[in-house]
Amino acid sequence: MSIKKTSLNNLHIKYGAKFVEFAGYQMPIQYKDGIIQEHRYTRSHSGIFDVSHMGQLFISGGNELTNNLEKIFPADLKKLKTNQSKYSFLMNNKGGIQDDLIITKTYNGFLIILNAACKYNDYDVIKSKLDSQYKLNLDESLSLIALQGPEAKNVLNKVIPSCENLKFMNGNNFVFNNEKVYITRSGYTGEDGFEISIKHSNAETLVKSLIENGSKLIGLGARDTLRMEAGLCLYGNDLDNETSPIEANLKWAIPKSRIETEFVGSEVLKNQFRSGVKKLRVGIKPESKVIARGNTKIYNDKNQEIGKVTSGTFGPSVEHPIAMGYVHNSYSTVNTKIFLEVRGKKIPANICNLPFYKKNYAKGEINV
Amino acid sequence: MSEVKYSKEHEWIKLDGEEATIGITKHATEMLGDIVFAELPEKGSNVKKDGNAGVVESTKAASDVYTPVGGEVIDTNQMIVDDPSKINEDPEETAWFFKLKIKDKTEMDNLMNKEEYEKFAKETSS
Repeated sequence: MSIKKTSLNNLHIKYGAKFVEFAGYQMPIQYKDGIIQEHRYTRSHSGIFDVSHMGQLFISGGNELTNNLEKIFPADLKKLKTNQSKYSFLMNNKGGIQDDLIITKTYNGFLIILNAACKYNDYDVIKSKLDSQYKLNLDESLSLIALQGPEAKNVLNKVIPSCENLKFMNGNNFVFNNEKVYITRSGYTGEDGFEISIKHSNAETLVKSLIENGSKLIGLGARDTLRMEAGLCLYGNDLDNETSPIEANLKWAIPKSRIETEFVGSEVLKNQFRSGVKKLRVGIKPESKVIARGNTKIYNDKNQEIGKVTSGTFGPSVEHPIAMGYVHNSYSTVNTKIFLEVRGKKIPANICNLPFYKKNYAKGEINV
Repeated sequence: MSEVKYSKEHEWIKLDGEEATIGITKHATEMLGDIVFAELPEKGSNVKKDGNAGVVESTKAASDVYTPVGGEVIDTNQMIVDDPSKINEDPEETAWFFKLKIKDKTEMDNLMNKEEYEKFAKETSS
């Protein structure tokens, strides 16, 4: 299978992108400025991210759609207002996470944003659990552009007026270049920002306008350091099909109203709510400058293995190495001293609160 | 001072009598991206030709540093440990990694000169 290119590929090349293959797509890892400058520009101004490789799944049709989707996802979809979004999960019967996703209620159904590497499998799984009366469209005619950072609303407002009225985790239809676009106020950087779903043919024009108004293209490298500082999970690293949302410390994303109801994986989750879990996702701050990457083993002070790092890097804004991982829950309290095995040496570190970098989201409802 | 030589692992080496200064090339730093961590061999330790002699890490990944010749480590550059971004700024001058007292000058024989290295770097990065 040949590698897929997004509608912004020519623009990536023009701005000096270094490419990597990610989930079958040729994606920019960084541009000329490099990861640290791109990261900082997003935190101080605004950054544009091509996330067109992610899946945009539209589900519509039939009366009982909300009820049927609640049998799949542990979100309170009945309470969701049109254009409102929620973070949720597709789980297996063991409560393991098959994907983490954002569900938005649309006029005639739901839009679900899926991880690139999971999207085709998600489609098959969701389709197999829904009656044939429902229409599923994994729409590959749309690009997805994220604009993130403190200047995001000013920049986007110049290009698409009144988008600044959107509240966090809410969306709406707008017009750009005489065509319909769908914008949500959301993101993956710990900054205020937007995600814009737009036809491929219109995407390059939009991004050029954003650049003319002071924003810059940012690669997947900085996207990764930004999300780690914000304490956000990357599917495949921090979440997988053997880890439940409770273990991942994402309990807040399972609303209380759904705990006693049925959905895929609900039995396991109910048990975990009652009896607790053995491992928990935590933030980790090494005491020295050493970086602990994914798969680094974690030890206690008696040299017993107690867990494993799932993501780790140098945080350009916090100016310190940061990591997250899973430890046995008796070691999950903040300030617990742990040791990370890096190149044969045991590096002292401490369990710390997430996020590493304080969030700057636009006012609006935050679901806890 | 003799001319600078280069290894296939993208280190440079400058020989002055028995004393060699070693660092990584500009080309290596461009491939690595922003360097955020450097670990150097201990002063007084002995390193073998092509052996491990430190680590550099970018935001993306860790990479081993090898020494193109063997010898005793007589000095290390604390500046790059304190501020690893100096390696990106000035890799072939002030941001050297370590100095060795070398034992066998013939270990230099198979290293590349500047012109050969530039050709090698161009071929291997494309």
